[in-house]
Amino acid sequence: MATINDKITDAIRAQARKLLETGEVAALIGYAAGSLPMTVKPLVVRRPEECDRLVWNTFCVLNLATYLPEVLSSVEIPRDLRDPKPEEPQAKVAILATGCWSRNIVVQIQEKRVARERVVVVGVGSRGMVSRAKVKALFPGQEILTVEEGDHDLVVQGLDFTETINRWSVVRDNCQTCAHPDPVLVDIRIGEPVSERKNPHPYKQVELIEQRSVDERWAWFTAEFATCIRCYACRNVCPLCYCPTCFVDDAKPQWLGKSLDAVDTGLFHILRAHHCAGRCTDCGACESVCPMGINMRMLTKKLNKDVLELFGIEAGMEPEAPLQLTMYPSASPEFIVTDLAPVPVPSRKPFESAGIPSAEGDTSCKP
Amino acid sequence: MQTVMISPAELDALIEKWQTYYAVYVPALAKPAAATTDWAPGWRRFVEGEPLILPVGPTPASVKTFYFPQPETLLSFSLEENHPDKGAMREPVKSQGMQVVLGVRPCDAASVLLNQLPFIEDPLYMANCQRTALVGFTCTSRLSTCFCTEMGGSPLHSAGLDLALSSLEDGFILEVLSEKGEILVAGCNLVPASASDMAGLTARRQGAAPGDSVQLQLLRSCALNRLYEAPMWQALGEACINCGACTFICPTCFCFDIQDEVVQGQGRRIRYWDSCMFPLYSQHTSGHNPRGKKLQRTRNRFLHKLKYFPDRFGPFSCVGCGRCIGDCPVNIDIREVLSDLVRCTELE
Repeated sequence: MATINDKITDAIRAQARKLLETGEVAALIGYAAGSLPMTVKPLVVRRPEECDRLVWNTFCVLNLATYLPEVLSSVEIPRDLRDPKPEEPQAKVAILATGCWSRNIVVQIQEKRVARERVVVVGVGSRGMVSRAKVKALFPGQEILTVEEGDHDLVVQGLDFTETINRWSVVRDNCQTCAHPDPVLVDIRIGEPVSERKNPHPYKQVELIEQRSVDERWAWFTAEFATCIRCYACRNVCPLCYCPTCFVDDAKPQWLGKSLDAVDTGLFHILRAHHCAGRCTDCGACESVCPMGINMRMLTKKLNKDVLELFGIEAGMEPEAPLQLTMYPSASPEFIVTDLAPVPVPSRKPFESAGIPSAEGDTSCKP
Repeated sequence: MQTVMISPAELDALIEKWQTYYAVYVPALAKPAAATTDWAPGWRRFVEGEPLILPVGPTPASVKTFYFPQPETLLSFSLEENHPDKGAMREPVKSQGMQVVLGVRPCDAASVLLNQLPFIEDPLYMANCQRTALVGFTCTSRLSTCFCTEMGGSPLHSAGLDLALSSLEDGFILEVLSEKGEILVAGCNLVPASASDMAGLTARRQGAAPGDSVQLQLLRSCALNRLYEAPMWQALGEACINCGACTFICPTCFCFDIQDEVVQGQGRRIRYWDSCMFPLYSQHTSGHNPRGKKLQRTRNRFLHKLKYFPDRFGPFSCVGCGRCIGDCPVNIDIREVLSDLVRCTELE
């Protein structure tokens, strides 16, 4: 019997073929099957006959928004920097998007990385993506040769074992605590919408660390990042990390050293997380791709929590809103200037601040 | 060189003995405390009394970190006035003691020999070779990502190891393969392996050394330009995110950069791991980057392993450990790259 994801795969292929055949888009960003169990390959299809390579399954852990700006520029007619922008509309690109990926596309639109009118968002509600590491951890010392995916179970097969495990039990932590699994921006919908999830403790993992003493937190931090090899997979897979020159690569001044010194490594992770503050959608790509199994997502998750508590913001929820952490409304808590009495944190509900504040005296600036 | 029998209990005793004289490292299968990694991520210092558990297939991190540490101090200096080292570059005092790396697989042992080809005149690398003893285990099973045989290796090879252990029903055959190996087993009263056990091992090894496969021979004879201009790089470069994961976990990727680090007037010149996946790797001072595009960088990594290195040194610069296949964030599979390249040598 066809699973939910089989049906979604068929719908994606049909939709992609239609979009490419009619010429509405020049390319579609999706996934192809991987060469190993529980893996997929990002795939850009440009011809209708390639569409049957597209797949959708529970292992789509990368955030496809990472590829969007580059694929958009790949379908433009090449021109030099000082040549005028062509007047006719530029070719469009379609992209598969779950809740968090679509929120990252919203951030890209807000940050003017991506022109809204050139993107066709093919929205797929996420049922939570499975962590390959979690599945592997259930079978220590044994190799997993195939994983068959059902709607609620995974059948894991090795050389001398076959076991059925509950799918939700191995879904990634970020998906388990996700409140917005359905895309916030949809041009074409695939499958059924997924309802918002009510999670009473979305930041429980962060709180467990926050509750510890300073020494215990430091011990957690040093142990967690001790095995970092500075391959920057977490940075490169992140749709937010697109600086032409990353601060780790700056030479004059050189912000941090190139070796595995714990201070340099720690600084890289802390600074990168702060660069994502107010923009991170907790898509979990960074954690999923780390070859050393480091949970650097805890840093961005902590900042997501702070941003929500201080500013009432969750990134990428409203396409029409300006980029929220670039506004300076007078009611903002001043946590940088410290010689004043602490300003009480305004009790705002999430997203209330999303519109442009209308109160007089506001010095909000649009990006 | 001798071949002896050793029981698991005797092996444990031997490891504990080494630990009193040398720095002994074992694969870290869980997250080790920062203090026990000695800046060799994926490894940890052996702790007395703990059982040695080896993963199936290669160790999580390759052995290159012991030969090609990240970073290695080349020279030290001072920028402070009146300091005796002002204006002078000093060679650092290096650790001379032997380090024993336990649990190495034949693929990693082969990588050490391969890396010696470009590093043969490098005194620091060769000094690390001198002081590192590899104690390896031949493979009894392989992972689905293992492809050493396709790269001309074998799961039963012992080349590059100082001590090679091959399991039998009730223990191991221990082959002592070098002077360092002799030192490690000196004073141990071990029973020489029986003729039948040795014959059994030899028989298992026979037929397990295929050399260049047909695929590799095709690559060897194919003109570089043809491979360079293969259409397959387009899709590969598009999917690659240009992180350094594959290059840093690869046992045979050895590219480095050099820079001076100064902290409070005291400086050191370090050599640290670099990756051809990073744009900075090939960037010129002028700002021009001859490998400015993702596609060009992805292509460089594979062609270096499968064309440039064999053209320059002879063997292919890949031992088939399969780490990159398992850890690539976007599932770029070097076996698929290899067969796609072979396919384009065949197309007219």
